[in-house]
Amino acid sequence: MDTITKMLVINSTTVLPSDVVIKLYESDADVSIKETCFGVMVTGERRIVNEVLNKIRRMDPYGIFIKERGLTPGEQFRCRATRRGGARPGFHNLEMEDKLLPHIGSALRALDKGEIPEKKKKTKKLDVDKLKEIIIQETEV
Amino acid sequence: MKVFIYPTNSLILSDLVERFGHEPLAIMQEIGKKVRTPGLDSPPINITPEDPKFGLKYAAVEVPSGVRGRMSLFDSLIADAEAAIVVRDPVISFGCMGCARTNELVNFLVRAKKIPMLEVDYPESEEEAKEFVYKISGFLKSLGSRAGEEEA
Repeated sequence: MDTITKMLVINSTTVLPSDVVIKLYESDADVSIKETCFGVMVTGERRIVNEVLNKIRRMDPYGIFIKERGLTPGEQFRCRATRRGGARPGFHNLEMEDKLLPHIGSALRALDKGEIPEKKKKTKKLDVDKLKEIIIQETEV
Repeated sequence: MKVFIYPTNSLILSDLVERFGHEPLAIMQEIGKKVRTPGLDSPPINITPEDPKFGLKYAAVEVPSGVRGRMSLFDSLIADAEAAIVVRDPVISFGCMGCARTNELVNFLVRAKKIPMLEVDYPESEEEAKEFVYKISGFLKSLGSRAGEEEA
């Protein structure tokens, strides 16, 4: 049996992690659930987890984001309770991406409406030679 | 189609790839395999005798062991990749957590594989996010149609 853990990161104005947990209990699927501050973690057989989470995503398709997680919740190798605190691996990237989720959610909504975004001109990074010129100019003054 | 994502633990890329009907190839799957394999003392810190061999496929023995260790995890992801979505200069790749040499090597290997590849930047505003998602959805849809054509 292929057991996996998936994490749902919730960035919604209508759905709370507790709502998702209640829906998961209602589904009566054979999965273990852990409610967290950022969302929910679900462990179970791959097919069952994918089926259940596809239904859960419909609760707010623009506010629920899902990815697989290597370790099960409370895994002793990585659980902060047994490692005496500290960020777990992957936390920093999750924290960084969490800030972008509202933008991604509205972008997905715009995509479904058929909006085509305007191509924005990227501002180029400052050339090293140009920076050297500026430094020389500034030091001469 | 199996789509390699970089950063390899990205929530956004993993979600978008799955949302548009493809399979994301992410590092979490490899870590999961290590954790679930019986016989490892403290996975994923411990490696098996087979792992250095996978690492040596990509980097010589005098290369830091961290690079080879990481490459042993990336091995099956790169081997299975049929397409790739790469974010340029992600914040997470900066510093010791990122391992710049591994990241460079992974990006090089993905490019050298000559698979369909999309390069994007992390968005910083809503407008940029719209372009980010639009590009990714277009890319993934084109992969779908390509796979369909091949089957036909």
